[in-house]
Amino acid sequence: MKHLLTGDEAVARGAYEAGVRFAAAYPGTPSTEILENISKYKGVIKAEWAPNEKVALESVIGASIAGARALAAMKHVGLNVAADPFFTFAYMGVSGGAVVITADEPGQFSSQNEQDNRNYAKAAMVPMFEPADSQEAKDMLADAFEISEQYDVPVLYRMTTRVCHSKSLVELGERVEVPIKPYAKNIKKYVAVPANARIMKVKLQGNLKLLEDYSNNCKWNRAEYGDTRIGIICSGDCYLYAREVFGDEASYLKLGFTNPLPAEMIKDFASKVDKVYIIEENDPYIEDFVRGLGIACDGKNIFPRNGEMLPEVIREVIYGEKIEADAELAEALIGRPPTLCAGCPHRGFFFELGRKRNVMISGDIGCYTLSSGAPYHAIESTICMGASISAGHGAQQIFDTIEDNKMRVVSVLGDSTFFHTGINSLMNVAYNKSNTVNVILDNRITAMTGQQENPGTGMTVQGEITEQVNIEALVRTLGFENVRTINPNNLKEVKETLNWALELEGPSVIITRWPCALKKMHEWDLKEFNNPFKTQYEVLEDVCIGCKACTRTGCPAIVFQVDKKKSSIDPYKCVGCSVCAQVCPVDAIQLKGA
Amino acid sequence: MTKNILLTGVGGQGTILASRLLTLGLQDNGYDVKMSEVHGMSQREGPVLTHVRYGKKVWSPVVSKKKGDIIIGFEELEVLRNLEYLRDDGEGVVILNRARVNPIGVLSGKDVYPPNIQELIEARAGRVIALDATEEAEKLGNPRTMNIILLGVALKALGLHDEIDWNKIIAENVREQFVEVNQKALKLGMSLV
Repeated sequence: MKHLLTGDEAVARGAYEAGVRFAAAYPGTPSTEILENISKYKGVIKAEWAPNEKVALESVIGASIAGARALAAMKHVGLNVAADPFFTFAYMGVSGGAVVITADEPGQFSSQNEQDNRNYAKAAMVPMFEPADSQEAKDMLADAFEISEQYDVPVLYRMTTRVCHSKSLVELGERVEVPIKPYAKNIKKYVAVPANARIMKVKLQGNLKLLEDYSNNCKWNRAEYGDTRIGIICSGDCYLYAREVFGDEASYLKLGFTNPLPAEMIKDFASKVDKVYIIEENDPYIEDFVRGLGIACDGKNIFPRNGEMLPEVIREVIYGEKIEADAELAEALIGRPPTLCAGCPHRGFFFELGRKRNVMISGDIGCYTLSSGAPYHAIESTICMGASISAGHGAQQIFDTIEDNKMRVVSVLGDSTFFHTGINSLMNVAYNKSNTVNVILDNRITAMTGQQENPGTGMTVQGEITEQVNIEALVRTLGFENVRTINPNNLKEVKETLNWALELEGPSVIITRWPCALKKMHEWDLKEFNNPFKTQYEVLEDVCIGCKACTRTGCPAIVFQVDKKKSSIDPYKCVGCSVCAQVCPVDAIQLKGA
Repeated sequence: MTKNILLTGVGGQGTILASRLLTLGLQDNGYDVKMSEVHGMSQREGPVLTHVRYGKKVWSPVVSKKKGDIIIGFEELEVLRNLEYLRDDGEGVVILNRARVNPIGVLSGKDVYPPNIQELIEARAGRVIALDATEEAEKLGNPRTMNIILLGVALKALGLHDEIDWNKIIAENVREQFVEVNQKALKLGMSLV
């Protein structure tokens, strides 16, 4: 029986079947569900959320050295964080097979950039697989581990949002137990000092050369001949889109193993078709190689370099079938911008922070990134995980060189982002003495990717109770004297604390501590926060003056009734954070049943 | 021939269960089936668009614009937003749940919820089946079965109501205490067309 699985579910199954014993990841769309699904094989695979992708990959390297098959999963930008160990791991090679999954985002549904991580395979000289659908996502993984062990090299496994999040039918297999290889001390292999690393690099180049033969003969690269007037070379999900458009009216060279690319196969294919098109998302990765072989082709000269290569995009380029925008619909449409949820603990904080003048608010990656929009207009920059504090530090250093400077930087990031790489940045603030206000929005969970545990929550991905980082103690140890932990739902406390921090001569840290409204509470959370989100507020219509102050909290539970010119609160949404009640100038918002 | 279905609404309306049952039923009946889902950055009440394609052999998991055979609309504004997916040869079907989930701009009184959505849809679709599925669900005693009522309407409109044993699909994939009410909801939906 076949199963309808997403690519993420399928690749997790593939890890199980391939005999993987260790998997580590940091959550990131669209890769998050890979480790979540692997974690279900408790007792068979040890699965871990790492604080960041670099730590995840380094743990995987250790597991490989210790002789087990191991896998790291991350979103495309996560591989930037893990790039340092990634490149050297390629030199060292493996003991137990190792695979690094990168989940790229053509179309940028939930990412800060659209980088094409196939370039990493080429740069690091590692073999690469690109599955097109869920069956391949599962099946190729077993071969990726075989290749890793046979050629003594970690493998890059490139998926994209559509491959990760689309469902298709998958035939399952059984787990193949792969014994842990006995550990053997091997300094020349695992100590990457220059004398060893020079030799390692030559070995890696040799292995990659050997893999050319595999690439030209493996089952994942194949030519499918239909009409030979059009020949399409493609990889990953682009094969499905091309097939959708051309059916049998074209021939295809479908590539699933894409580093090294199969030169002989490409030459042979090109010689049998009249015209070669390269259909790939983002960079001209295959195209550059094909052109390097002296083969004339059309690629990024006619296809866009941005976004997905969906069938409608291909049809427009090849057949000129442009889909005209419907002006009448565009005119009628209104937006549905993402908002902070009702009860979100970030709301009260940004309501106050957004009102401050002469501050630059340095932001980061998380739900709070949404505070750059209406009605808060708070954060002014978002770069990458952990950058709020360090970019804020750099900005403050410059502001402070300006005579009569009034600008203060407030850097904000969440608990998980702080653990990810913000810790290093905060250390830098203390060490290099910038006068910034640093805010850790501790909502007790990794929220934006859909509620993942982290080093602060006291629980592992496989449901074991564990240590909780004490953020305040940690921050004090880094060298901060001005540290306060506050309840972000208490606007008076937020305001006073911000004023306190902005008036200080030195740097400070504010920790806002209140759980995400969507969090599945642990026993200790319920105790600490006194069983939150169980109350509701209501608007006393006869008291409400229709001033709309409450709507400026940006809470989706507040409904302004235009006809009555009164506010109301949606009882299905309100979870009783009380922020709107504190904002109301006439006390028209009251606790229900009080 | 591959059929193209789109389900659209906002997070929390139950599009996920509806599309899951739909795809499982199609699979059970021997179709090749693919599904692709896109949602924005909101954790709650964000726009959701699910693509479902089925046939003898399905290639792309994504429905192309102007190729959709049917839009199952859980929320009016989201139908409007995704109407560009509907085939433009006058054969497209839209199931329009008369439900409005106001985006933040409307809640705060800045935007006005488009008043003429049904007209705009009717001008573009071959057939519009408009209903208040929440009200129908309330009659059944469980407003949360709104999604399954809409699924029932869609299955009838697609002609899939007889060919597949949907009661079995529900029994196998829904928690025991909700099986009966969901089966009733599906039947009710089918009877509304």
